[in-house]
Amino acid sequence: MTLGTGWYLSLAAVLFGVGAVGLMVRRNVLIMFMCVELMLNAVNLTFVSFARKLDDIAGQSLVFFVLVVAAAEVVVGLGIIVSIFRSKPGATADDLRSLKG
Amino acid sequence: MTLATTTATAPDIAIFVVAAVMVLAGALGVVLSRHPVHAALSLVVTLFGVATAFVAQDAQFLAAVQVIVYAGAIVVLFLFVIMLLGVDRLDMPGRDPVWAQRVLAPLVGAAVLGVLLCTVGWSWSGTGGPTQGGKASGPGPNIGKLADSIFTTYLFPFEATSFLLVIAVVGAVVLARRPHADDEDLDDVEPAALEEVER
Repeated sequence: MTLGTGWYLSLAAVLFGVGAVGLMVRRNVLIMFMCVELMLNAVNLTFVSFARKLDDIAGQSLVFFVLVVAAAEVVVGLGIIVSIFRSKPGATADDLRSLKG
Repeated sequence: MTLATTTATAPDIAIFVVAAVMVLAGALGVVLSRHPVHAALSLVVTLFGVATAFVAQDAQFLAAVQVIVYAGAIVVLFLFVIMLLGVDRLDMPGRDPVWAQRVLAPLVGAAVLGVLLCTVGWSWSGTGGPTQGGKASGPGPNIGKLADSIFTTYLFPFEATSFLLVIAVVGAVVLARRPHADDEDLDDVEPAALEEVER
């Protein structure tokens, strides 16, 4: 028997908290994006923990889908960041206040 | 509360400790490092730690996918964008548009963490009945059971994700195009716009 599920859930909760704080504290758009990835990974870890605890493979299937959606999100997000930086070099998240491109 | 109900052996505890140290050290590295390249490399450490936790919880296929897709493809994409943009500036402290954002953020994060840990401690075991996906344990490899689940029960979402990927690729191409006619490459610009530039 492996370690209790609560430990892994707690680890995922801490990882989610660190990612959320980083998202709110940092200004660099790329690092904010990495913090979103941290939060996604925390949720993935939760899914896998529940898949083992509840003996249900659907949790792992959901992690698979989250991975695909995260890949698509990274592609589109980095495309947006590149196009933002092309018009405003060195922009931070606080500089992007107008809706004009 | 199941923090201590199962009889864990010493290797299990050691694996968990190693995974937790990797995950948390990498996460703190992402949040605290001043240079984006260091943050991306710390992200790799976190992703390997999460993959370790996946292996420890009988999700071997997802651990492999985690390393290949996340640590391989996504972090390399991040590094490419960092190099492409030349984002080697440091995070300069400036005026907050939202009042006291940097002070309130740790408090909000601590509140989120508290709520999540309370949920872990008290009430997560009553989360409803089983899904249609099938059992995670039993004979056979993990990848076979996952494939059975994805290609039968969740076939429609799987096809939808392929559609999503195509849309994402098209969107990235559209976003990465140079929008103005006065840039270097004038190949894909309409003749009318070209005449505008020449005048």
